[in-house]
Amino acid sequence: MKLDAHLVVRRERFTLDVALTVEAGEVVALVGPNGAGKTTALRALAGLTGLDAGEVRLGGELLDGPGRWVPPERRPVGVVFQDYLLFPHLTALENVAFGLRCGGASRRSSRTAAAALLDRVGVGHLAGVKPRRLSGGQAQRVALARALAVEPSLLLLDEPLAALDAQTRPAIRSELRRHLAEFTGCALLVSHDPLDAMVLADRLVVVEDGAVVQSGTPAEVARRPRTPYVARLVGLNLLRGVADGHDVRIGAGTIVTADAASGEVFVAFRPAAVAVYRTRPDGSPRNVWPATVAGVEPYGDAYRVQVEGAIPVTADVSAAAVAELELADGHQVWVAVKAAEVEVYPA
Amino acid sequence: MKIVTVLTAAALALAGCGDTAGEAAGDKPSGTVVVFAAASLKESFTAIGKEFEAANPGVKVTFNFGASSTLAQNITQGAPADVFAAASPATMKTVTTAGDAAGEPAVFVRNQLQIAVPTGNPAKVTGLPDFAKADLKIALCAKQVPCGAAADKAFAAAGITPKPDTLEQDVKATLTKVVLGEVDAALVYRTDVRAAGDKVEGVDFPEATKAINDYPIVTLKEAPNAAAARTFVDFVRSEQGRAALTKAGFTVP
Amino acid sequence: MSRRRAGAPAVLLVPALIGLAFLVLPLLGLVIRAPWRRLGPLLTDPAVLTALRLSLITATLATALCVLVGVPLAWLLAQPGLPGRSVLRALVTVPLVLPPVVGGVALLLVLGRRGLIGAWLDDVFGVTLPFTPAAVVLAEAFVALPFLVLSVEGALRAADRRYEEAAATLGAGRWTVFRRVTLPLVAPGVLAGAVLAWARALGEFGATITFAGSFPGRTQTMPIAVYLALETNPEAAVALSLLLLAVSVVTLACLRDRWVARV
Repeated sequence: MKLDAHLVVRRERFTLDVALTVEAGEVVALVGPNGAGKTTALRALAGLTGLDAGEVRLGGELLDGPGRWVPPERRPVGVVFQDYLLFPHLTALENVAFGLRCGGASRRSSRTAAAALLDRVGVGHLAGVKPRRLSGGQAQRVALARALAVEPSLLLLDEPLAALDAQTRPAIRSELRRHLAEFTGCALLVSHDPLDAMVLADRLVVVEDGAVVQSGTPAEVARRPRTPYVARLVGLNLLRGVADGHDVRIGAGTIVTADAASGEVFVAFRPAAVAVYRTRPDGSPRNVWPATVAGVEPYGDAYRVQVEGAIPVTADVSAAAVAELELADGHQVWVAVKAAEVEVYPA
Repeated sequence: MKIVTVLTAAALALAGCGDTAGEAAGDKPSGTVVVFAAASLKESFTAIGKEFEAANPGVKVTFNFGASSTLAQNITQGAPADVFAAASPATMKTVTTAGDAAGEPAVFVRNQLQIAVPTGNPAKVTGLPDFAKADLKIALCAKQVPCGAAADKAFAAAGITPKPDTLEQDVKATLTKVVLGEVDAALVYRTDVRAAGDKVEGVDFPEATKAINDYPIVTLKEAPNAAAARTFVDFVRSEQGRAALTKAGFTVP
Repeated sequence: MSRRRAGAPAVLLVPALIGLAFLVLPLLGLVIRAPWRRLGPLLTDPAVLTALRLSLITATLATALCVLVGVPLAWLLAQPGLPGRSVLRALVTVPLVLPPVVGGVALLLVLGRRGLIGAWLDDVFGVTLPFTPAAVVLAEAFVALPFLVLSVEGALRAADRRYEEAAATLGAGRWTVFRRVTLPLVAPGVLAGAVLAWARALGEFGATITFAGSFPGRTQTMPIAVYLALETNPEAAVALSLLLLAVSVVTLACLRDRWVARV
């Protein structure tokens, strides 16, 4: 039951034009900045919005396309909404049983199945509780159980962890990962949080301004971002230039790389690979250039330092080093990056 | 502040509305005369009112027509009126007992009941016995109003128990049901049938003479315009008034 | 330790109290001037009990009719993108601004024996509506319907549409969504509207007496009985009014605030 979709939806600010495929058992994460069109894509797949062009095919069946449109109630699609949208007047059990009842199951059998599902997600003891008395994490699990109850071929999750606080998130995230691994259908989740996407997904699809800008496994995307947004997402310095062998000309400067390349290329390296000096260092790094400190911010137990200059980069510097170097806005420094730490790949 | 001024002025104006007395020093009546009259007097009194105004320029006549019992209640509750013309001595008694009448009421006309049927008499009603048929739609006045009391007397005289479908609050409402064709027959006054013209037909019945309503008229003690009130009552009982009333179908004593 | 903020400003409090007095004083007048000693015989008169029973039954039936017809109508009005919605809503509001007697006349012209539809009913089925208890129910429903429709429409518009979307993704067709999701969520609004409609129906006079006429036991409701009593026996009228007031207040007080408050 593969999902094959080409989604074209026209909005005032942009047109969403995205091609997606999801294999059965695969989990794909749709990431991108807010307003990129991710939720629109999800609603189009669910049938809550119609396509202006393109088609949605699930398991070979055309759900949305020229001359055909299947309404959401007849699509084998389950949705976990960002705000969960659990029916406030029904208990957790009745919420989960709702989809089964709509499918024609008897009251008793749907309740039994619902109870089992609630147990599976770990909130069986809350079956008789109304949604307003559930915590965020509990509600999220009930919402997942409710969507899974109808045994969908395609499971859509809209920012499934966004409404959770930082404390409960990691636990729920790993649980969700487990459930998604057990799920045999296609799963597509939408997220603006890179960690959620990295942990939960087998494949990332990055959408910006309605178009796909990068697609690949989390590892690939993390190593070789292709847009500043993705670079920010995965925490890398990203530069673009023209390569000629081991030299890459970037703006007014040059970066030497360990691997050879030619033509338009991306150059990426971790902030931790950037060393900052007060005076020009001698020794091995062949990439050394002067820069001006543009900002110093705490980052975990170290500091993130923005420098401007011929090549603007971000560097991770320990607290001790910040103190020793007396780093402050406007100070002149030298930055160095080892060629071996630099990843270069075609643009 | 402006709003308060406007509201106060409005309130004063409304309070002043009732005060229409125009008592001139001389004999000539002037101002407004407020006449409360039974609903069945509507057409005839309206005509008399116009003639009165023509004969007495400077005087305006205002009428309030309704069920005599309601009007009597209003008067005893203090409604400002100069003259009261009731459709039965019983309703007039309410006013005299309360001490609101100025002098003795005088009977000025008599009214007789008549059967009213829609044009063409679709149910072929011929007399009071038809009022006992359950399959006909019948409208009568409620017992509490004069025409209902008269109807009771007529049925008693005929020895018939009527089967009405509705008991209306005043004779005009009863007649309206006939005009609209909602009922097959109703018992109203002969004057009402005449006033309705060709919208209804009248059917006489012998027992009508057994239940005649005397209509008394009186000026009221608290009349704002007593002089004009007396002139109006005199006019009603004059030759001109009697002519208008006879034309409408009343009998004058 | 509670330094509370100063109470309601006088500018609001004074008119509020005046308004309250305006509403409460006439009722107090009724209670104070009631013929308490003669209340027993006055109220146990079978005619009175008949009128009361008729009033309660017809008002309840009229309310049921309003709910049956009004909730779907409110649903229609609340649909986004409905063409001519403002015209439709104006039509629904008409019975509110129409003098009740005019409403009664209108009903006669349509459903009377010679009315637009009534004539056909009479010819084909031999059924006439005026002067029947059914007519009372119809007249009361006519004047009470706008209260229900507007109340439910407001509740529907305020309801969160996303629940309906969630239900659709779970496989619920439009009727199931309405029955199992929308309606339960607006139930308080429906109940509030029904209460208003019931109260209005109970007190209806002009349209009832014009369309249904007045006959004890069949079409003479409490308000009509009070009006007729006023003609000859004001004391009885006060007693009846008191009874009607008591019945209404008890019923309305029994409806707990929680049930009719918005969710």
